[in-house]
Amino acid sequence: MTATASDGAFVAFERVQKSYDGENLVVKDLNLSMPKGEFLTMLGPSGSGKTTCLMMLAGFETATHGDILLDGVSINNIPPHKRGIGMVFQNYALFPHMTVAENLSFPLEVRKMGKSDREAKVMRALDMVQMGDFAGRRPAQLSGGQQQRIALARALVFEPELVLMDEPLGALDKQLRETLQFEITNLAHSLGITTVYVTHDQTEALTMSDRVAVFDDGRIQQLAPPDELYEKPENSFVAQFIGENNTLEGVITEIRGNTCIVKLDNGDIIDAVPVNVSSVGERTKVSIRPERVEFNRERLHEDAHTLKAEVLEFIYMGDIFRTRLRVAGRDDFVVKTRNAPDQERLKPGQTIEIGWLAEDCRALDA
Amino acid sequence: MAEQVLAADGRPLKTSLNRALRRQKLRALMLIAPLLLFILLSFVMPIADMLFRSVENQIVGETLPRTVVELKDWDATSGTEPDAAVFEALARDLSIAVEEKSHTRLGSRLNYELTGISSLFRKTGRSVDEVGEAAQDALEALSPAWEERSAFGGLLGTARWTADLDAWDGEGTAPAFEARPEMAAALPETTRLYTSFANMVGAEGDNPLTEKQWPIVSHVFAQEIVTAETPDGLDAFGQAVFSDVKAAMAATTLDDPKAIFIDVDEDWGSTDVWRTIQTYSPAYTDGYFLNSIDRLKGADGSEARPENEQVYVTLFIRTMIMSFTITVSCIVLGYPIAWLLANLPARKANLLMILVLLPFWTSLLVRTSAWKVLLQQQGVINDILVWIGLVADDNRLQLINNQTGTIIAMTHILLPFMILPLYSVMKTIPPTYLRAAKSLGATNWTAFWRVYFPQSIPGIGAGSILAFILSIGYYITPEIVGGTKGVFISNRIAYHISTSLNWGLAAALGAILLAIVMLFYYAYDKIVGIDNVKLGG
Repeated sequence: MTATASDGAFVAFERVQKSYDGENLVVKDLNLSMPKGEFLTMLGPSGSGKTTCLMMLAGFETATHGDILLDGVSINNIPPHKRGIGMVFQNYALFPHMTVAENLSFPLEVRKMGKSDREAKVMRALDMVQMGDFAGRRPAQLSGGQQQRIALARALVFEPELVLMDEPLGALDKQLRETLQFEITNLAHSLGITTVYVTHDQTEALTMSDRVAVFDDGRIQQLAPPDELYEKPENSFVAQFIGENNTLEGVITEIRGNTCIVKLDNGDIIDAVPVNVSSVGERTKVSIRPERVEFNRERLHEDAHTLKAEVLEFIYMGDIFRTRLRVAGRDDFVVKTRNAPDQERLKPGQTIEIGWLAEDCRALDA
Repeated sequence: MAEQVLAADGRPLKTSLNRALRRQKLRALMLIAPLLLFILLSFVMPIADMLFRSVENQIVGETLPRTVVELKDWDATSGTEPDAAVFEALARDLSIAVEEKSHTRLGSRLNYELTGISSLFRKTGRSVDEVGEAAQDALEALSPAWEERSAFGGLLGTARWTADLDAWDGEGTAPAFEARPEMAAALPETTRLYTSFANMVGAEGDNPLTEKQWPIVSHVFAQEIVTAETPDGLDAFGQAVFSDVKAAMAATTLDDPKAIFIDVDEDWGSTDVWRTIQTYSPAYTDGYFLNSIDRLKGADGSEARPENEQVYVTLFIRTMIMSFTITVSCIVLGYPIAWLLANLPARKANLLMILVLLPFWTSLLVRTSAWKVLLQQQGVINDILVWIGLVADDNRLQLINNQTGTIIAMTHILLPFMILPLYSVMKTIPPTYLRAAKSLGATNWTAFWRVYFPQSIPGIGAGSILAFILSIGYYITPEIVGGTKGVFISNRIAYHISTSLNWGLAAALGAILLAIVMLFYYAYDKIVGIDNVKLGG
């Protein structure tokens, strides 16, 4: 994206680079623009540069090169306390020597707000996260989930237009995480605030976000809404990183418009959609989601190519069956099927024939 | 009542549990036993002993038992010296004390309270055997038998004792004196004094029957025989004693101890000496403590010492103020360093830590002496100040041998004790707090002051307690760089322990110092809460 593309965007990164040691770039040429009110998640493995981006936006790190714009104004030289950005930290960072109410009152006090205004706003913020009864408690007297709610309320109490969240749910158990995911998105959307959310948990990213930016190696690998990200990964990193994925390697033998034919390393032939392959003879990694694999010949296209597969393992998981197969010489090919009354339960040792719709199978970079 | 829970073997569960845990407890106790013993021997007992010494005063009552009793009714405010009976008692007590050589120790003890008593006692000790010469002369004039050294032994001692002495081979201690009961009843004080004499001589390996008895024995004998009842069953010598000697002694003018003592030193005629003895006759005294706060035991209650003798209160106050100053300097200088230590990258922090700890690895004396070199008027710091023109050459700063010197050197020495607890507390304050504060709109200063500083207070508390308590009892550094104006109360304590040997006063001063420290600790606990003190983690 260019500078012109980010015109009118609320938050924009323009050709941002960051290096800590002058030798390695942690963030390489980052371009990103967000409209107002968007919930954007930065997702990626640790060390991918996502937290650095967040810290640059918050003002705790300075960009080595490039501009960060907030509402059209470059904020590179504005210190963090003047940016007016709310932030929720991974370990909550609630001030342990202050009560919950004092914690919430702190940002209002430093803004020289009157006492009665402060109290009203603090109570409103606490009610917003259903913590109205805890105003007098100290952070240490609260559970992790409660602390996280307070941290959220504190980041919102001074009504910032932009809120940053750095893996805020990382320390919570699964059930609490799911509840809070829901609450955070609801709150963000109902208040209309723009949110940048950093996580390494892809489920969190998929369920919460308007758009997800997948980071790897200091770059955004793909920036797309969750469904697109899952169903149409643009490269093999994204395909691998998001959700479960079966990978087969081969060479492009034919490209016909929207489909192509891939010859796998063991000689089998399959159909795929060419995504970032351009010429015949190129090596490719073919990606196919486990739930899109079909072994009922009747449901497949007549002239679809099929592969022979040997059932290695059948795992009953309640809602789904997970079947591990040996396909094209690989042992890690997984098929997921819904636990429906008419669904066949495969037996280890059984040999079946599998196939898929060509559009579900994406030929990506090798 | 709750039903008792039983173990599988039918015994109460509590008993079984206790049995099971007892072995563990015993083993744990065994592990700490050496330390416990060490602390008991090297810490608890000496402190208890010192505290006891601060009130203990048995020496007067033990050395002058008769005098103390006689002196009880004397009115110190009367303005006249005590009557003859007191001098009589003193003569008897001193006669024994001189032989035991305990009168000089008593003199030293009482000299703390009234200067001059020590030499008075020594002087009097040399002349105490004048009391009794008149009686002895009268006895010898009466019969040559009294010239025999065994005369009193034969009169007062049992036949068995004399036989034992005859049989004694002169090795080791002589057999203990055995008084005839009838004599002990008739001549009680004479018997007591002769017992002291006989046993003391015997303890030195001499035969009491061949040694000249103390003149005081003759003196007391001459007094007592006049009024004594004649016991039954006396031998010829004994009967003669109770008839002839009795009559002769009644007619003899005996020595007057009062006249003799006042003649030896007219101080015996003043009330000061007697008042001091009377005031310090109880076995326990608050005199040392009164002394410690610049007061003395006057005729009625305590009174302030003359102004030129007041030292301790000033010293205590100075010690407090200077310790406080040193603690504050340590906080001011140590806080930024601790902050750096906690926030620098590990490599640099380690280097800095070594610099902080370096003074710990250097001898205290070396460091303090180094300060002497640096701070002198012709020293490095003054030279530099003169060189850069801040100070005129003829007006060099007095940086040592005064309070400034003590404060500078002590702050340097105690700095690690402030930095280390501060550092370990700061290490536990995550940097995200500061970031959070800034993201909430706080400036750097507000973030530090409202968020970081309150969380570092436990470290300041721990460091302050350490630095303050250490400096309050510091001794070497003030001694070397403090001159006269920069010394602490501990230097005075050390002086009394090692130079004036007034251990009672040293103990009282130490006890007051201990009480002050505990008071501060208590106040700190009340105000800040001791739970808030962290040395780490």
